[in-house]
Amino acid sequence: MSDEHIDEISGVSTTGHEWDGIRELNNPLPRWWVITFYVTIVWAIGYTIAYPAWPLLHSATTGVLGYSSRNEVRNELTAAEAAKGKYISAVESKSVSEIAADDGLREFAIAAGGAAFKVNCVQCHGSGAQGSKGFPNLNDDDWLWGGKAEQIQQTITHGIRFASDPDTRLSEMPAFGDIITADQIAQVSAYVASLSGKVRDASLIQPGAKVFAENCVACHGDNAKGNREFGAPDLTDAIWLYGSGETAIAAQVRAPKQGVMPAWVGRLGEIKVKELAVYVHSLGGGE
Amino acid sequence: MRDKTQLTGLETETVNSAKTRKPLYAARQKIFPKRASGNFRRFKWLVMTITLGIYYLAAWLPWARGPFAPDQAVLLDLANRRFYFFFIEIWPQEFFYVAGLLVMAGVGLFLITSTVGRAWCGYACPQTVWVDLFLVVERAIEGDRNARMKLDAGPWTARKLMLRLSKHAVWLVIGAATGGAWIFYFADAPTLVGELFTGTAPPVAYITVAVLTATTYTFGGLMREQVCTYMCPWPRIQAAMLDESSLTVTYNDWRGEPRSRHAKKVLAAGLPVGDCVDCNACVAVCPMGIDIRDGQQMECITCALCIDACDGVMDKLGKERGLISYATLSDYNANMMLATAGGSSSVNPSQVRTADGLFSDKVAHFHIRKIFRPRTYVYMGIWSLIGLGLLYSLLTRDRLEVNVLHDRNPQFVTLSDGSIRNGYTVKLLNMIPEPRTIVVAIQGLQGAEMSVVGDDIPEGRSFAIPVEPDRLKMLKVFVRQPADQIQGTAQTFKFRVEDKASFEADEYTATFNAPETAR
Repeated sequence: MSDEHIDEISGVSTTGHEWDGIRELNNPLPRWWVITFYVTIVWAIGYTIAYPAWPLLHSATTGVLGYSSRNEVRNELTAAEAAKGKYISAVESKSVSEIAADDGLREFAIAAGGAAFKVNCVQCHGSGAQGSKGFPNLNDDDWLWGGKAEQIQQTITHGIRFASDPDTRLSEMPAFGDIITADQIAQVSAYVASLSGKVRDASLIQPGAKVFAENCVACHGDNAKGNREFGAPDLTDAIWLYGSGETAIAAQVRAPKQGVMPAWVGRLGEIKVKELAVYVHSLGGGE
Repeated sequence: MRDKTQLTGLETETVNSAKTRKPLYAARQKIFPKRASGNFRRFKWLVMTITLGIYYLAAWLPWARGPFAPDQAVLLDLANRRFYFFFIEIWPQEFFYVAGLLVMAGVGLFLITSTVGRAWCGYACPQTVWVDLFLVVERAIEGDRNARMKLDAGPWTARKLMLRLSKHAVWLVIGAATGGAWIFYFADAPTLVGELFTGTAPPVAYITVAVLTATTYTFGGLMREQVCTYMCPWPRIQAAMLDESSLTVTYNDWRGEPRSRHAKKVLAAGLPVGDCVDCNACVAVCPMGIDIRDGQQMECITCALCIDACDGVMDKLGKERGLISYATLSDYNANMMLATAGGSSSVNPSQVRTADGLFSDKVAHFHIRKIFRPRTYVYMGIWSLIGLGLLYSLLTRDRLEVNVLHDRNPQFVTLSDGSIRNGYTVKLLNMIPEPRTIVVAIQGLQGAEMSVVGDDIPEGRSFAIPVEPDRLKMLKVFVRQPADQIQGTAQTFKFRVEDKASFEADEYTATFNAPETAR
């Protein structure tokens, strides 16, 4: 702009633009502001030299300080691992019952096992390990294969009815629909239901006991208390994996459902399995 | 197009036109306060000694706290979230005591300001106290007002450089001591002072010392009265709390005007003359650099040093003290009416005096009774009520507490015998510095029994558990109720904790959940 316009009132030159008679004063920026501005520019140049900044074709400039945020994370992770190292090696060398007996180690194992549980186990057993129909509740005191820490560890390590693991826990309830008659199934279901509750037709109980004695005692025992050797459930207690009541029992007699749990040791390793065993044991039902 | 009113232009003047442009911030004029002496000055020395003494030394008072906290009488233990003040120990949930004290401080400010004016600003404000301290240093090194003015105006000589350097050095030492004293309230003082000098103290300690050194030095040494005038909100707020019965430092122009340095000549000429001899002593001592004779001003912190200065002059002249005095606006107005004959003439001091030169009976004087009025009674009432409430709460507060969290997932567990079990996290708070054994019991919930995870305590209705001093103990508790005792899906019962030794107890009402058909 050659012809400079001076604002009459303030005596300050304007930018020369005009909007509906309003002009913008061309006051200089405060000196401290300008100096700060230049300082930030100088700072920025130094910064981009010192730290990684400029993108190149395949990577970026590395900076003269050798700083890298990936290295920071790596170092922090290493430090975190190192901090846990003493516990990890203790977990590795001790048995699960020894771990559970040591206050500090137990707390560590419960925290680590709880985290592993959230990732690997909640899909079937629920986020509070409360289970659902067909998937055992791990909080209660009923254990098909035993509730001691070592027994839980064994179950997690090798799974249940997991075909590719030779040491897996195996139990097989025959499908009695092909072996006994429908009447006999109704009778035995009434008898089993009567062991822990009421039944609709009490006259079925007596013949049902006979059917039970002929077919079921081999696994479930004379008193129907089950047998952990074979993973045979206690039929007198209040906990039913596949539902309580005559109908659910009859269905399980006729054509039993048999759940499968994978063997976890191959995927999680011994240490994680131990931690999981301690965690599950601590849920309140451990023996 | 012209308006119908034919308005062609207005006679206006811009507030800050180019011709007369003035910056809104007036450049600072250096102030060289002269040393005052008198009753108010003595009172300020006393307040300064007490407040600085408390600030620098209170962190060093010992008080046995047991193995869980440093043995300090006043301690803000942020890491463990405990505040200790002599025999009072505050846990985070008791922070309302601090809030209560702040409310009391607020109401106390109303009370003090409505009675004796800006006493906070004049005597107790840290800015005032530290500026006063810095001025003591300045006077000791550079001399009093005249010497300082001469030094300041003079050229830079070796002596001036030496004086200035030593002054700033002492100021910085005071600043560092101020920052240093602050951090001792947050940690074990003797340990920290050792760490501080061996370079092993936590970084936050050094940062705090550095920040407080810088602010003390800048505010107390360099900025001084500018902090009060430009930065502090209190002058604005306090000014709004004053009324016509509040005491303020007042120049009594009804007896001082017309001022003259040549009273005798003026009197001989038959003109009225006031008590003020225009000696400017009141201006020379003012740390705010104002002239109190211009009337009440926002900058005035009512430190009353001008009263001391003027009283000294009045004594020398053989006149009554109190030309500058603490006065209420209503008294001042009454006296002014008297001196101006009801406003019909300019000030004539002879109007307030009798023939023998004494003040007439009509002159109003301050009386202590005047500060007791409905407003001050209300403030005093509120202040005392809050204080008594806090005190009552402090004397009767619980030192044993229980908090319970109910497990939400799962809400309940059916056990093999059909009984139902709920899990709870029970937190026991032992808020005294001694260990104690706390008995936890359940009340209600027929037939229910508890077990604790990780403890070999047999199932039962109650168990005793040792809790460390000043600590929170967290227990995972399972409560089991037999199936035949369950009444409904949600029953309430109580966790009761009790210290058998002191009979202190607390209760928590918890819920017990069960399925709709148990067994």
